[in-house]
Amino acid sequence: MKFAKTLVTAAALLALSLGGASAKEWKKVVIGTEGAYPPFNYVDTDGKLKGFDVDIALALCEEMKVECEIVAQDWDGMIPALLAGKFDGIIASMSITPERKKVIDFSEKYYNTPPAIVAPKDTDIKGVTPEDLAGKTVGAQVSTMHADYVEKKLTESELKTYPTADEYKLDLANGRLDAANDDSVVLSEWLKTEAGACCKLVGMVTPVLEIHGPGAGVGVRKEDTDLRDMFSAAIKAIRANGKYQEINKKYFDFDVYGG
Amino acid sequence: MANYMELLAFGDSGWGDELAHGVLVTVTLALATLPLGLLIGFLIAVAKNSSEPLLRNAAHVYTTIFRGLPELLTLFLIYYGGQMAMSALWRLLFGHPFEVNSYLAGMIALALMFSSYASEVFLSAFKGITVGQYEGAYALGLSRFRTMLLIILPQLVRLALPGLSNLWLILLKDTSLVSVIGLTDLLRNTNIAVGVTKQAFFFFFVACSLYLVMSIISSVGLRRVSAWAERGQGRH
Amino acid sequence: MTYIDAPSTERPPAAKRRTWTSARITGLLLMMLWAALGLSIVYMLVSGYDPEKVTKYGPRILSGIWVTVKLVAMSIVLGALISIPVVIGRLSHNPIIGGIAFGYSYFFRGTPLLAQTFLVYYGAGQFTDVLKAAGLWVFFRDAYFCAIFTFSLNTAAYQAEILAGAIRAVPSGQWQAADALGLRPFTTMFKVILPQALITALRPYGNEVILMIKGSAIASIITVLDLMGQTRYAFSKSYDLQIYIWAAVIYLITVEVLRRLWEMMERRLTRHLRR
Repeated sequence: MKFAKTLVTAAALLALSLGGASAKEWKKVVIGTEGAYPPFNYVDTDGKLKGFDVDIALALCEEMKVECEIVAQDWDGMIPALLAGKFDGIIASMSITPERKKVIDFSEKYYNTPPAIVAPKDTDIKGVTPEDLAGKTVGAQVSTMHADYVEKKLTESELKTYPTADEYKLDLANGRLDAANDDSVVLSEWLKTEAGACCKLVGMVTPVLEIHGPGAGVGVRKEDTDLRDMFSAAIKAIRANGKYQEINKKYFDFDVYGG
Repeated sequence: MANYMELLAFGDSGWGDELAHGVLVTVTLALATLPLGLLIGFLIAVAKNSSEPLLRNAAHVYTTIFRGLPELLTLFLIYYGGQMAMSALWRLLFGHPFEVNSYLAGMIALALMFSSYASEVFLSAFKGITVGQYEGAYALGLSRFRTMLLIILPQLVRLALPGLSNLWLILLKDTSLVSVIGLTDLLRNTNIAVGVTKQAFFFFFVACSLYLVMSIISSVGLRRVSAWAERGQGRH
Repeated sequence: MTYIDAPSTERPPAAKRRTWTSARITGLLLMMLWAALGLSIVYMLVSGYDPEKVTKYGPRILSGIWVTVKLVAMSIVLGALISIPVVIGRLSHNPIIGGIAFGYSYFFRGTPLLAQTFLVYYGAGQFTDVLKAAGLWVFFRDAYFCAIFTFSLNTAAYQAEILAGAIRAVPSGQWQAADALGLRPFTTMFKVILPQALITALRPYGNEVILMIKGSAIASIITVLDLMGQTRYAFSKSYDLQIYIWAAVIYLITVEVLRRLWEMMERRLTRHLRR
C-alpha cells in the first residue's frame, strides 16, 4: 500500500513538473514553413524565406511579443518535425483538416482561399466535376487536402502525388498529368509566370468542409493549448489593427482571409 | 550553347554557385561519414573475428539489419524515428528537444550502411593475416593492443584497401539519397535549378557528370594510396 | 595470463569455457541490447496494432510489394539481356567498341541511381514532342516504365562487369585446350567458358539482385507506388512510424530469405569444386 502511495505521489509530481513545463512562458517560438509554395512561402535568390506566410508569422510574433525564428522544412516531414519538437508552430498554408486534427492542433484560420483545377491549354477537360475528370490523371502535392479531395471525391480519376508543388508543375507542363489540383491563388500565380504558360485554369473547386476545413491555420502540438490560444488571439489582433491588411495588400489585390 | 553556359554561371542569374555548393556538401558529408563508418566497421569486424559466439552473433545481427534495409528506408527511419526517439529522451533528461537535422540523420544512416559493408571487408582482411603474425608478435612480447596497432593494422590496411575503395565510391553516390530529406546537396540543388529553369535533362546530366568527376578524382587518389600501401610488397 | 600454465589433469577443459572474459560480457550485453530493441519493436507493433489502419493501408502495402517484385524481376531480366552486348564490348579488342562499352558501364556505375532516375524521368519530360513523334511517349509518360528503363540500364552495367570479370577469370588454358580440341570459338564460349564463368559469377549476381531490391525503393521518389511508395503514402496520412517499421521488416525478411536461398543454390551448384 505504501509503495502504491509513493508511486501515486511520484506520478503526481511528475505530471505537475511536466504540466509546469508545458505552461512555461513562451519567450522564443520556432516556426516551420516550407519555402516551395509561392506566393505563400518561398525561398528568394538569396536563400531567404519570403512570402505571405512568413510575413504573417513575423507579424504574429510581434503581436505576441515573443522572439521568433523561422526555419524551412520539407512538406512531408512537417508534422513529424513539429511533433518531434523541431519547431513549435507551423505557418505554411496548412489547412485545418479533420485528418490533421487527429494528430496536431490548430489556431483559428488566418486565410482561406478556394482550391482550383488547372490543365494544359489544349485540354479537353470542360469542368471540374468528377464526370469531367473521369479517367484523367490528376496531380497534387502529397499529404495535402488537395490530394485528399482527388482521392475521395474524384474517384474516377487517377491521383499522382508529388513531394513539392514544383514536381507536379513539371509533369503538368510536359504532359504526364492531365490536370492538377491545388490552391487557386498558388495556381493563378504560377499561370502568370513563364513556366505556367503551358496551362490554364479550368475552374474553381467548391470546398467541402470535411476535406478542406475552414482554411489555413497555425499548427501546434496538442499539449500546447496556451500557444494555440496566443496565436488565435494574435490573428484577431492583427486583423483588427490593420497589420494583416497591410501584408495582404503586399501580395494580393483581394482579401485572402475569406468568408 | 551560350544559353547553357549562362545557366551554369556563378552569381545571381546562373546556377553555377548553387551546384558548386552542392558538390561541397556532398563531399563533406561523405568525408564526415567515412571515419565514423570505418571505426564502427572495424569494431564490428573485430567482434565477428572473435572466438566468442555471443559477440560474433551480436555483430552478425548488425550486418544483417543494415545490409538488408534499403538505403532510403534506413534514412527515413533515422530521420523520423531517430528524431522522435532522441527528442523524447532529451526532453526527459534535459528538458529541451534534441534536433536531428538532415545532415546528422544522413551521416548516421550512411555510416550504418557503410560500416556493415566495411566490416565484411575488414573481416576477410583479418582472415588474410596468418596466425604466425600473432604468434610472432606474442613471441616478441608485445601486448595484445600493441600487436594490433603495430603488426596487424598495417597489414590489414593493405589487404582491406581495394574493398574499402569500392565502398568509398558507393558512399559518394549514396549521399545523393540525403537530398530526399532536404539536405541541400548536389542533387537537391539540381532539383531546385530544374524547378526554376525547367531544363531537366541538361541539369541532371550536369549533376551526373559532376558525380562522375568526383568518382574519377577519388579513383586517382585511391590508386595513389594503394601504391603507397603496397610499397613494401616490392612489385612496383 | 593463467591459461598458459602447464595443463592440469584435474581441471576439465570445459571449465575454462565458463570463465567470464570481457569479450563474453560485451557479447552478452550487445545481445541483450538487440533483444531489448527487438522486443520493444515487437511490443510497439503489437500494442499499436490498429485494425482500422490495417484495413486502410494493408491492401495498399500488399499491392506495393507486388509492384516492387515486378519492378525488380523485370529490371534484372532486361538488364541481363542488355548486359550481353556490353560484355561483348568489354571483352572486345577493338578500342572503339571497348571504349563505348567501358564508357557505358562507367557512367552507370559512377553516378547515383537516384540521379539517373531523375535524368530519365524529368529529362524525358522535356522532350515530350520528340518522344511523341517517335511514338515513345506512351512508354516514358509512365513513371513505372521510366523506373524499369533506368533500373535495367543501371543493373546491366553492373551485370556486365560481373560477367566480364568472371569470363576473364577462367584460366587461359581452357581456351587453349578447347582450341587444341578443334572446337569453334562459339562452341568454346558456350560449352567450355560460360559454364565455368557463370559459377564464379553466381555469388556477385546474387548480391546484385539484393542491391536491386534495395535500390528499387528509389522508384517511390518518382511517384511509383511500390512498397516504399505505399509506405510513404501511409506515413504521410497517419504520421505513424510503425508503418516504416513494418516496411523495414518486410524488406529485411525478403532480402534475408533470398540471400539464404541463393547461398543454398550456390552451395549445391559448386559442390564439385569444394576441396
